[in-house]
Amino acid sequence: MHALEKILAKAAGRDSVSAGEIVNAKVDLAEVNDLYLQTIKSFYEMGGERVNDPDKITFILDHYAPAPSIQTASNQKEMREFCYDQGIEKLYDINEGVCHQVMVEKGLVWPGMVLVATDSHTTTHGAFGAFGTGVGATDLATIMLTGELWFKVPEVIKIEITGKLNPRVMAKDVILYIISKLGTDGAVYKGVEFTGETVKNMSIAERMVLCNMTVEMGAKTSYIKPDETTFRYVKERTGKDFKVEYTDEDYQYSKEYTFDVSDLKPQVAVPHSVDNGRDMDKVEDVKVDQVFIGTCTGGRLEDIEAAVKAMNGRSVHSKTRLLIIPASKEVMEKAIEKGYVSTLMKAGATFSSPGCGPCLGTHQGLLAPGEVCATTSSRNFPGRMGSTEADIYLVSPATAGEIAVNGKISSKKTLKEER
Amino acid sequence: MDKIISGKAHTFGKNIDTDQIYPGRYLELVKPEDIAKHAMEGADPKFLEKYSKGDIIIADKNFGCGSSREHAAITLKTIGAGAVISESFGRIFYRNSINLGLPLMVCQGIKEFVEAGDKLEIDLEEGIVKNITKNKILKGEKLPEFVLEMMEAGGIKQYYINKNIK
Ligand code: SF4
Repeated sequence: MHALEKILAKAAGRDSVSAGEIVNAKVDLAEVNDLYLQTIKSFYEMGGERVNDPDKITFILDHYAPAPSIQTASNQKEMREFCYDQGIEKLYDINEGVCHQVMVEKGLVWPGMVLVATDSHTTTHGAFGAFGTGVGATDLATIMLTGELWFKVPEVIKIEITGKLNPRVMAKDVILYIISKLGTDGAVYKGVEFTGETVKNMSIAERMVLCNMTVEMGAKTSYIKPDETTFRYVKERTGKDFKVEYTDEDYQYSKEYTFDVSDLKPQVAVPHSVDNGRDMDKVEDVKVDQVFIGTCTGGRLEDIEAAVKAMNGRSVHSKTRLLIIPASKEVMEKAIEKGYVSTLMKAGATFSSPGCGPCLGTHQGLLAPGEVCATTSSRNFPGRMGSTEADIYLVSPATAGEIAVNGKISSKKTLKEER
Repeated sequence: MDKIISGKAHTFGKNIDTDQIYPGRYLELVKPEDIAKHAMEGADPKFLEKYSKGDIIIADKNFGCGSSREHAAITLKTIGAGAVISESFGRIFYRNSINLGLPLMVCQGIKEFVEAGDKLEIDLEEGIVKNITKNKILKGEKLPEFVLEMMEAGGIKQYYINKNIK
């Protein structure tokens, strides 16, 4: 069995499971974000009165933090009241940040757990060897009601990554490159495991970027075998006892790929599909109106630091705006401590409080028709960040910093000076 | 759930993501009838003008990829879409649709088989699509047994209401 199968088997009270089977599994943590008032509505519509286990539920108000409209304020109000009523103590309000970063920082994620959230990027938690997957509101409501959910056991694809990354080439470049090769439907319904020396040498933040974006290939979940890096991070955050599941030697992956990233250059995914990744030096020059650094994909301390380094004391281009939204309060505090916030603000950046920001086109920095945005987030679908007539380019935080200074995406060997 | 579904086809390309089915700027809406006013708006702002209840949505592949927003399934369910047929679906959209009782069918070659405006007849249990306009038949996939059961209960809510857990 694969480790992911062992996790599901244990949660389903079974000795073994295999790909394709449908099992009912206990969920260790269910997370609801503030897009999903429907979860509460569905819970009551199904006849729910008391949630199955308030300790295994968390509400995180991040997508509309703080509320941009009366309607979202009312939705958040109802969610808070639900938490108070039901004794759900893990309510993280608009002051905390993006759910996937907050859950990890608060020690709610550990190897071997089953984590389900009302958010597609729940694949992120494969970085800790957890089974993490996203669902809609009604699925989540059934977990609140019963503590369980049905899952189809996924096949698993193995992606081995080898080679040492060039300076300024980040995990984001690696995953954009892989998605450009495998396509947006390259892993639909599948689990995606990352292995190889490059992954082993990656920090937790970098591993989270890889796993986060597997959903852009359609993945159900993802996985990186927990190691010392994982244990060190998790043990600092959680007092939880956990048992790590390991994949059997004879497990048959449904597909195996190897990518050598030693010569990889900074990548850009051009509009309007995540698999449109290409070397930046092959992209035609385009003037950029807004650069956005933030989100559960590219808003961690390491990302802000990479932008600071790439900008190297230079100012934001006079015809470009640089918007930075740290992924969490903790990230923001550390960025302040390290002086990044003041450096960047002096260079012309705008900071907003932690949360999803304009990532999903609801508030805090939307795009006008005809505008171009370079972003460290994960999706460049039409209309994702505002007008359907805006163009979104996906890049790494280092590349974003460079673009902010130049005011454009340019093939002119932009990163050369720093090498 | 009707065994045979018939309606007029509306065709879309590949990778129609949930932002195109239901743009993010409307996510704060809660009432299904409000959500229904923006069906497919990101992909075709004029869609609802051409649509009539029971029509069938045809897509190339990977329909509903992207976010987990249930609004995407709610909007299509509430406008009364007869079914959605695609070569493949985004995983969460698939689950959400099944949970809400919105019929889906996975069917290879559907894009070449149908033109916009064709009249179709679908047998979900057998996994068959008939193009009445062009007088031809294509075989798709049947819904898995477990999923069919849930659809027959009228979606997952009814399924749990029947179980009566408090
Ligand atoms: S930051 Fe963007 S991708 Fe991440 S959870 Fe928020 S809206 Fe989704």
